[in-house]
Amino acid sequence: MVGVNAHQVILPGILLSSFLTGVIIFFLKEEKHRLRTWLNLLGAGLKLVLVAALLAGIFQGQHYSLTMDFLPGIPFALGADANSVLFVTLSTVLWFWTTLYAVGYLEDSPHRSRFFGFFSLCVTATTGIALSANLVTFLVFYELLTVSTYPLVVHRGTREAMRGGRMYLAYTLAGGTVLLLAVVWFCHLAGPVGFKERGVIEVLMVSHRGQLQMLFVLFMAGIGVKAAIVPLHGWLPKAMVAPAPVSALLHAVAVVKAGAFGIVRVVYDVYGVENAARLGVLQPLAVAAAVTILYGSTRALFQDELKKRLAFSTVSQVSYIVLGAAIIGPLATLGGLVHLVHQGLMKITLFFGAGNYAETLGVHRVSEMNGVGRRMPLTTAAFSVAALGMIGVPPLAGAITKSYLNQGAAAAGEHWVGLVLTASSLLNAAYFLPILYRAWLLSPPKNWPHPHHFGPWETHWMLLAAPLVTAALVIWAGVFADSSFSPLAWVKLIVAREYGP
Amino acid sequence: MTFPRTGALLILMPLAAAALAFAWPGHGRALARISAAAMTAALAALTREIMAHGVQMHRVGGWGAPLGIELRADGLGVFMLIIAALIGVAVTLYSPSYFASRQPESAPAKHNDSRQNTPSRQAAPPTAKSRDEDGQPHRTRYFWPLFLFLWTALNALFLSADIFNLYVALELLGFGAVTLVALAGGHEALTAAMRYLWVSLAASLFYLLGVALVYGRCATVDLPSLASKAQPGPALWVALALMTGGLAAKAALFPMHFWLPPAHANAPAPVSALLSALVVKGPVYILLRLWFEAFHGLITPAATHALGALGAAAILWGSVRALVQPRLKLLVAYSTVAQLGYVFLLFPLAASPESGLAAWSGGLMFLGAHACAKTAIFLTAGNILHAAGHDRIRDLDGITHALPISAFAFGLAGLSLVGLPPSSGFAGKWMLLSASLAQGQWWWIAVILAGSLLAAAYVLRVLTHAFTRVPNPLTPKPVPPVMEWTALALAVAAVGLGFAAHGAAELLQVGAPNAVASRDNNGPPAKPASAQPQPQTPPEIRRLDSCPESTLPGAARPPHEPSPPDRTAHPGAAQRTPGPKGGHELSEAGVQPRRAAICLARQARRRSAGGWSA
Amino acid sequence: MPDAGPEIYLLAGVALFVTGVDSLLAQSHPLRRIMALNVMGSGVFLVFITLAARTPGAVPDPVPHAMVLTGIVVSVCATGLALALADRLPPATGKTRLEHRPDTPNSPPDRRKEEGE
Repeated sequence: MVGVNAHQVILPGILLSSFLTGVIIFFLKEEKHRLRTWLNLLGAGLKLVLVAALLAGIFQGQHYSLTMDFLPGIPFALGADANSVLFVTLSTVLWFWTTLYAVGYLEDSPHRSRFFGFFSLCVTATTGIALSANLVTFLVFYELLTVSTYPLVVHRGTREAMRGGRMYLAYTLAGGTVLLLAVVWFCHLAGPVGFKERGVIEVLMVSHRGQLQMLFVLFMAGIGVKAAIVPLHGWLPKAMVAPAPVSALLHAVAVVKAGAFGIVRVVYDVYGVENAARLGVLQPLAVAAAVTILYGSTRALFQDELKKRLAFSTVSQVSYIVLGAAIIGPLATLGGLVHLVHQGLMKITLFFGAGNYAETLGVHRVSEMNGVGRRMPLTTAAFSVAALGMIGVPPLAGAITKSYLNQGAAAAGEHWVGLVLTASSLLNAAYFLPILYRAWLLSPPKNWPHPHHFGPWETHWMLLAAPLVTAALVIWAGVFADSSFSPLAWVKLIVAREYGP
Repeated sequence: MTFPRTGALLILMPLAAAALAFAWPGHGRALARISAAAMTAALAALTREIMAHGVQMHRVGGWGAPLGIELRADGLGVFMLIIAALIGVAVTLYSPSYFASRQPESAPAKHNDSRQNTPSRQAAPPTAKSRDEDGQPHRTRYFWPLFLFLWTALNALFLSADIFNLYVALELLGFGAVTLVALAGGHEALTAAMRYLWVSLAASLFYLLGVALVYGRCATVDLPSLASKAQPGPALWVALALMTGGLAAKAALFPMHFWLPPAHANAPAPVSALLSALVVKGPVYILLRLWFEAFHGLITPAATHALGALGAAAILWGSVRALVQPRLKLLVAYSTVAQLGYVFLLFPLAASPESGLAAWSGGLMFLGAHACAKTAIFLTAGNILHAAGHDRIRDLDGITHALPISAFAFGLAGLSLVGLPPSSGFAGKWMLLSASLAQGQWWWIAVILAGSLLAAAYVLRVLTHAFTRVPNPLTPKPVPPVMEWTALALAVAAVGLGFAAHGAAELLQVGAPNAVASRDNNGPPAKPASAQPQPQTPPEIRRLDSCPESTLPGAARPPHEPSPPDRTAHPGAAQRTPGPKGGHELSEAGVQPRRAAICLARQARRRSAGGWSA
Repeated sequence: MPDAGPEIYLLAGVALFVTGVDSLLAQSHPLRRIMALNVMGSGVFLVFITLAARTPGAVPDPVPHAMVLTGIVVSVCATGLALALADRLPPATGKTRLEHRPDTPNSPPDRRKEEGE
């Protein structure tokens, strides 16, 4: 029994465009390099077109949903509400460029069929998370994401990679189990409810207050693992053993982002931010987020390995989103949600840059980065834009986030948040500016650790195109924030619905 | 084709094929394929029929219980038949390549490809005699007849409607299983088979003694009539305890699981698959029949909790043992011990009036999920054994690179074992979890979740070898594609069937025991009817009445009673098309609340579906 | 039915069954175990037959007789299967006894040492 309405192929199409690609690629022979590349780009391109069609449809007032029988009494439900569209657009756009990047990055490395198969499954899971319309469907894709990312994390197959992968699974599976408990319990209390602006727990607020508080803790513990909230963040720095495109995917498109999105979903569309505030569960969440922001930034300061520094930076930055969700009021919500997009754009650019340094020059550590700007000016320019954005330099994307969060916190009377944000910005500057200084102003060494030549450009054109595009997006999201085609504009629409009359 | 014929075909077809395969050893494969196809078709027809018309009953030769044999097809039975068919078809496809390509694998842990030179082979000529006089491999020659015989026993078991018939079917099942274990030859396999035989025979006799006591008390062995006749009392309690003990031993319930790992780990791969997926489920199925249908009036919460506690212990103990096994097949066998534990959680949960049906469907869904996943995993293990000549987990590094499809199959099946969504294992766990929550029995939740994490740990122990980097990859023996693809197909089924959870739950509602389906029924389900005239003909009348014309159950009814529109005599059958009021007190009393429950569930579903597609 | 009442036969049947169980657990030689199983079976059949005549004076119920006949057929098959297996076992293991090792299926014993047994 499938409930179908107009334009119905779009939602399953968005999922299947990467799922079927992944399945086909999985069974391709290793040496079918061209076919695999074309399939990858075809799937990613098709997904982009479908998401564009979805956006166009929604602008025309079209409503999208799809239900299938799944568990007795609980359907498998897909839908496209404002939050979904935000996340699905982000992940689809970034996936396209990550695919391009990955094709270039993994040229001539073994097991590419396996890699790209799981790569596609991973994005299927992410878009599935975005398009889930109820908790059970969310759980399905959330676990699919866990499972499909593991092979990517351990792709290199070294001892260290296996250790990182084990750590990753230990954290995420335990988190998934907690989430399963929370979802079963919630469905037992509230029935087969879907996501809805301002939450679905109104009727339970008085009668089941204690259980709802307990459930909120379980939800946050379950989803918080992926969102890398301290002290559940341990897997993220260890998962850095993965190849650069995977790190980009983990940090900007898929795993961490899915965790942050899940928290946004639970706070806004399951509990409703005002109900959550009345339950008194937002304050502890805000504190956890603030602790994570400061802890991540501080740890990042002491990492010499570039990817580790970026990983701790992610720990810190993702909690901006959580912080935005944990403070009541439209401005804070705006800041948190828009950071979902902004952090994705900036962090993926940084990882692309880090990957380029490693692949082209063999540079893995901050201390080896002297003069990389002269050797690879375009990559380093993109990297610098993203780093400055992270620090919050106007008019880049990060500044928008921080200003809205600041205003939101002030409006909600949470003045301590302002201090946290200022401290975090200083720490961001403290761990990013030395890198930029080394890259641009110090002179390069005589020999790079493992140089590699890729023809006319400073590196392989696929490796170069991706960071340039995402860096351009970082600038666009900041400079044109007030235009009607910006992440901010869309997020304003979401916020209007959550807080509107 | 309609019920009596489909049922007969399901039993007679594999039996005839088994006999023919024994007589003409060369044609075993063809016979198995033909009968598998025929049975699948018959089963499809039967499923459609009971979904449309409710429970079907048939008296073989017109002789009713207790003297005659009654066949019955209800939701539970057909569900089990479908699982058996699924696994049976897979094994039919897989086995020819498996047996065609291998030497006997008496002790995979010890012997590698250089087996010809090991002293044990020279020292033990009788078992090493792996070929018959005509040169046909010993194992292939006997595999097909035994496999078809096993399938016969399973179908007979799932279609039997009385506890003595169940005994006979169970015993046949045991014979087939023991012989199949012995088929591998060699010391380990024979020792394991022998141990299995002792447990199996002794357990059957315990069960049979229970049957004797039941007959002495109730003068019937017919499942539906026992439901109305069994009154609590020491004699029946002893009988039930004997039967339960025997069946639990056969089902390898902790702590009586000791025979299972060696038996399952030493058999040839397709046999291990059959044993883990189907054979141990037979006694579990009988237990469900006894506890929820025939003797529900006798069951106390303490008893169901005791069974549940053993199940919980099995989950934890089996999983922990699986974590330390050096060999893949042993790991998988201990995983069977653990996974069977989940099915036993059904007992404390389904017996409760609150969301019992969810637990019932959940436990059985889990059983089906385990059958598919475990078959896929054992077949994968067979592929690995075939390619590498061993199944030591430590040394699997190079192998999975050579067998990507098998590795993928293992991973998918592992998802279902762990219970990750959307697999069928997840669906089963979800239903068990929500039933535990609804009933406030939170301790089962802890066990279920802990079991999931442990399962993840032991599945991962193997799966990590699929990704480790090896300096010089081995060049293993090529595996015939059909062996890899069959395993993958079953693994995909194990995951995909999660989406069939809803349909499975509907099938399981057909004739579900009153004990499970009713929401407000605390006493023995049929009590109110004991003073009323029953729609079921009493055995005395039946014995007199039974003549060849009365093949249709309706013909044996007392004349004052109107025939219900469907052709059934079983009270539970009235749920879909309830008969006229008069004379149906029994069925109505049991069925009314259940129908209400089904309506509620449907409404809820419609509401939820409407909410999303509006 | 004799006047002693069915109880004595019931008790005898149960006693046979218990004796069988005891030997099955205590004995390790396959042949003894097979006999123990047969004793158990006989006990069960005796219980069946006794219960067929539980109302004194009435005609005994034929149904248990039919069941016992079926049971005997099954038990003959079981004995045959067990004997066949037991027959194969000594050459494979070089032993006539089954050692009792519940959970460790590996480590085949040194065959040549005990071959003469």
